[in-house]
Amino acid sequence: MAAADTHEHDVLIVGAGGAGLRAAIEASAAGVSVGVVCKSLLGKAHTVMAEGGIAAALANVDDRDGWQVHFADTMRGGQYLNDWRMAELHAKEAPARVRELEAWGALFDRTKDGRILQRNFGGHKYPRLAHVGDRTGLEMIRTLQDRGVHRGITFYMECTVLKLLKHGDRVTGAFGYDRERGRFHLFKAKAVVLATGGIGRAFRITSNSWEYTGDGHALAYEAGAELKDMEFVQFHPTGMIWPPSVRGILVTEAVRGEGGILVNNQGRRFMFDDIPELYRTQTADSEEEGWRYTQGDKSARRPPELLTRDHLARCIVREIKEGRGSPHGGVYLDISWIRERLPHAEEHIKKKLPSMYHQFKQLADIDITKEPMEIGPTTHYMMGGVLVDADTQMSTVPGLFAAGECAAGLHGANRLGGNSLSDLLVFGQRAGQYAAQFANEYGGAPVDPDEVEAIERAALAPFARDGGENPYQIHHELQDRMQDLVGIVRTEREMTQALEGLHELRARAGRVHVAGNREYNTGWHTALDLGHMFSVSEAITRAALERKESRGAHFREDFPRKDDAFGQFNLVVRKKADQTMDIVRRPIPEMPAELQRVIKEQS
Amino acid sequence: MSTTFQIWRGDKGSGAFKEYQTDVAEGMVVLDAVLQIQAEQAFDLAVRWNCKAGKCGSCSAEVNGQPRLMCMTRMNQLPAGEAVTIEPMRAFPHIRDLVTDVSWNFAVKKRITPFTPRPPDAPDGTWRIAQEDVDRVQEFRKCIECFLCQDVCHVLRDHRLHDRFVGPRFLIYAAALEMHPLDNENRIADLREAGGIGYCNITKCCTKVCPESITITDNGIIPLKERVVDEFYDPVRKLLRVFRS
Repeated sequence: MAAADTHEHDVLIVGAGGAGLRAAIEASAAGVSVGVVCKSLLGKAHTVMAEGGIAAALANVDDRDGWQVHFADTMRGGQYLNDWRMAELHAKEAPARVRELEAWGALFDRTKDGRILQRNFGGHKYPRLAHVGDRTGLEMIRTLQDRGVHRGITFYMECTVLKLLKHGDRVTGAFGYDRERGRFHLFKAKAVVLATGGIGRAFRITSNSWEYTGDGHALAYEAGAELKDMEFVQFHPTGMIWPPSVRGILVTEAVRGEGGILVNNQGRRFMFDDIPELYRTQTADSEEEGWRYTQGDKSARRPPELLTRDHLARCIVREIKEGRGSPHGGVYLDISWIRERLPHAEEHIKKKLPSMYHQFKQLADIDITKEPMEIGPTTHYMMGGVLVDADTQMSTVPGLFAAGECAAGLHGANRLGGNSLSDLLVFGQRAGQYAAQFANEYGGAPVDPDEVEAIERAALAPFARDGGENPYQIHHELQDRMQDLVGIVRTEREMTQALEGLHELRARAGRVHVAGNREYNTGWHTALDLGHMFSVSEAITRAALERKESRGAHFREDFPRKDDAFGQFNLVVRKKADQTMDIVRRPIPEMPAELQRVIKEQS
Repeated sequence: MSTTFQIWRGDKGSGAFKEYQTDVAEGMVVLDAVLQIQAEQAFDLAVRWNCKAGKCGSCSAEVNGQPRLMCMTRMNQLPAGEAVTIEPMRAFPHIRDLVTDVSWNFAVKKRITPFTPRPPDAPDGTWRIAQEDVDRVQEFRKCIECFLCQDVCHVLRDHRLHDRFVGPRFLIYAAALEMHPLDNENRIADLREAGGIGYCNITKCCTKVCPESITITDNGIIPLKERVVDEFYDPVRKLLRVFRS
């Protein structure tokens, strides 16, 4: 075997965002040795960007809330494709996970009587999001990071995993490289938890940073695990669109939670024009009622700006397509209008949305307390991911676990805002607990040196070529194809075209060349990320072709309606023996009577 | 419009500015220009970045000699028609091009006594906290750990006292813990000894470069220095300590 630094842990965690850190803390509490590999520095993962809050039915602001309501909201938001057991566990356990975060030092905004304050968010019936201003993600990741470093966990920062290692059916470790020196690292582990986040970099317009190349999804797929719900990519309705260099950067939903409204170039609040049947009884009839809801009036129903993200994104695309968009191809999001309703509105906005104020002021010369923002949809979140057991978070490969965005199930066809941070905590904790248990029960297994050598050879191949394709160029072309052909509005014709394009691009990616040496060489890293993005892009496209209906985040122009027959199953992606991709329909198991009753009571 | 960039290239301390030309479009930030140069001309240019929205604190560098986040520095804030220089943070060991080894910061944090809450206020294990008490420490908790304050601090940058002084970032971190409404620990003795708080002579350079506009010196370091004085240099307390021991 060539020179690779070898490390051994009971549990290896890939990713140090909310899910990875929470899993690491839990596993180390169980007394096993824990290593965490993360692609960036500690504390920089995407969790830090989460703004709105953590959804948990604490019922501090509205005592009508409870796990049942949160469960029903999550299932409705996911158009009933969710793994109902995960939705149940999530709704029941999120409050304890939030309180635990406070016991570890996180500070949330407070109610008048000193309890954790909760705010309104899209698709949540009652104010449910524990938050601190609009920088909840930073508070959460810092709290977990600071707790983690005092618990004897080993962190491998700026280290990327290329492949999972297996012995027979079981996962036995992972192989990767560090950015700084470009050296290879072999991680032997009894259990591996994937917590790698999303896939946003496969699209051109995205709120995701360079890291989000679908690593966990692709690593699991390559290792023989099943993926699920890959057709459901969330396009967040409000991303910045101007100036061009900031296109895609997220504008938090909290702007709408605090009373922000969407208007077209005619000044019309177009969200009132199209309210889906599933939400009609829960949505305000008038602007007046919507405003009262955002101000805490319990008798009022929520404004249409707080409908689910999939619906908003489509309405915005419609306005733009039909010529009612803003000058730079978006629509307006206005929070400054609350001056008409509130004294000291300017201070209020700065206090409730400080980072948004800052972001627009610095990057776009816009004062959001005085003028509307221009926004448009941005690729934000992946509902699909590794198919896991609801209770243990173990994938279909023994010893391989997944939690957070790279796992599937909780969100179904569309995720509600705020359910992501709670997802990380609830299922990060579970993955850590059961991965430690697995490691204790099953012990270690050998690593195959030939396998390791093959990975090394493939990773170094781009250096050996004398000229060839530019990895950045291939990446840009991949992003363009996915954005233009497998985006918010999809058709069979375009997606078939996308598949052909992916095939051709992948062949070209096999000829990429990188210059320079192995130390901190971003060109090389981009070349290595491409493989993961191709697997994920193909899975998204194939699943989206197979789902011939429109549901949640997946909208087919050629099948614009929801079809009950398609509501009976999830699409599962797996690798066939001949290495090609297989898509199968997996029926959704029947929900227990108790949960069915809960949904009925909450509708 | 084509603009000239002087970017530091090289590794482990050796290196030189290399000149690049690239087109700057409306609204571009320095990081956009660097990534454009990387994708089109300097494929192996090393640069660290993540969120590109001023929230993660990864892309710290020195732009025209000023410590800044590259993602939050608009090109139109810089003098038009002049070359833009970009170099790595100078207070930390150099790795390659614009990337430095900031691991010292992570090691320092590990030495600070962690958060330890008082017993819960309510039988259900929760606490009651006033919003004012949350607001008071919010300023310090906004820190994105970009380490620009560490980079500009002359105790670290010029005098290289990394083994005796924790730097502004960790004084602010300690202030956030000390002023945390639930925390029961006392870190004042540590700040005086291992933290080296006395080395700070309040030149406020850290406050000036903070991208989160944290008033590091006035609101964080000075109150901590006052507490050190109260606990260790108050004559009455000093006398009490003598009697006790």
